[in-house]
Amino acid sequence: MRVTIPSPLLSYTNRREVAADGGTLADVLQDLERQFPGIRFRMIDEHDQIRTHMRFFVGSNELRELRTPLDAGQTLHIVQALSGG
Amino acid sequence: MAKQKRIARPVSLLVATRKGAFILKSDAARRDWKVSAPIMLGVIAHHLVQDPRDPKVILFSARTGHLGPTMYRSLDKGRSWKEAKSPPAFPKVVAEGAKKHVLDHSFWLTPGHASEPGVWYAGSSPQGLFRSEDGGDTWQPVAGLNDHPEYSKWMGAQENGTPDGPKLHSVLVDPRDRNHLYVAMSSGGVHESLDRGATWKPLVKGLAVVEGFPADQLYVHDPHCVRLCPSNPDRLYQQNHCGIYRLDRPGEEWVRIGDNMPKKIGDVGFPLVVHPRDDKVCWVFPMDGGTVWPRTAIEGKPAAYTTGNAGKSWQRLDKGLPKKDAWWTVKRQAMCGDARDPVGLYAGTTSGEVWASRDQGKNWRCIARHLPEIYALETAEL
Repeated sequence: MRVTIPSPLLSYTNRREVAADGGTLADVLQDLERQFPGIRFRMIDEHDQIRTHMRFFVGSNELRELRTPLDAGQTLHIVQALSGG
Repeated sequence: MAKQKRIARPVSLLVATRKGAFILKSDAARRDWKVSAPIMLGVIAHHLVQDPRDPKVILFSARTGHLGPTMYRSLDKGRSWKEAKSPPAFPKVVAEGAKKHVLDHSFWLTPGHASEPGVWYAGSSPQGLFRSEDGGDTWQPVAGLNDHPEYSKWMGAQENGTPDGPKLHSVLVDPRDRNHLYVAMSSGGVHESLDRGATWKPLVKGLAVVEGFPADQLYVHDPHCVRLCPSNPDRLYQQNHCGIYRLDRPGEEWVRIGDNMPKKIGDVGFPLVVHPRDDKVCWVFPMDGGTVWPRTAIEGKPAAYTTGNAGKSWQRLDKGLPKKDAWWTVKRQAMCGDARDPVGLYAGTTSGEVWASRDQGKNWRCIARHLPEIYALETAEL
């Protein structure tokens, strides 16, 4: 599936859009980690919780659980929530 | 035989700021300084430390805005940086209802014992201790502390910590014994291990706590900075939330040497620097700890204080520092000394200035300004 990358994570991917495989959000993030080592821990903490200001969207649907199923034809948008002024 | 003249080497400073890292390099006289371009601009830099056993190596603990914490390594004296393969993190908790510690950032870095190349320690927020055995590339929790049955009693609730998160800091390794460690926690007190972190014993006797709190509870103890004298590892100095102290081992009771500070200055502050060769000398940088704790220079007049007799008396050192209207202060990791003779002292301010003294604090000069808020300063040889 297509995955769009927010600017704070571009140091890992060097591009705005990458491809990753997986049947769930957890799988896709694992595949991103395989391709871009270190990227997952910046988004997901040591207890597999999504970090406070990280957001994952497919279309207008926000994915709040790592076990959420994903389809290869979809585009996953990784977004860093705005806060802090 | 003609006396050989020692060649003075330039000093470098590794500057960790709220918006990235910088490196300051001096000439041999420590008179002229050049500031580098920002390193990882925008990244929150908590601590940069060079490895004295392998000076090519520098570790850089970081966090970036809303992203999780990480660690960078340089293997070429700061010319290039690579992320650690497995930065510090608490173990994953699976048990339902169990307390989950989420690492916010690694706050403090300490190279391990000289006999253990590649070993490093990291202290974190919230309080945790981590060890690397491979030069900072991969990190493991020190279970003897992080999983201690008294952890919650020692550290208290997260909201008991400092305003920007409770911290484990001042990780000290006895140069005579790699198994002998000290750590300090804000909050949580000072603790000692004689078995490389497997077991720990509190070391808080004699330390005051904020009035009204029960001193027998470790979570109310707030050491700000603890240093071990390289010339006498049995002597520790401490800047605490409630005073300046000295401890001479094997004694276990801290002596409040801050009582000898001028009364109108008091003995509140964050950083403390020890002399590399004289265990009777240390420096502090007092701040305003009155009423609502402004944490600024007292009356807007910054000054370091030094003792030459292990705390029996103190002298003010403010020549060259602003005489008025300077409302900055120096954080606990933002003051350091070099190994030269006379010792060079360096203080990084919350307003982004670096002040330096080439003569043990007698005269100060601003060597960098307009940097972001400075979190930590360490000397290096680059």
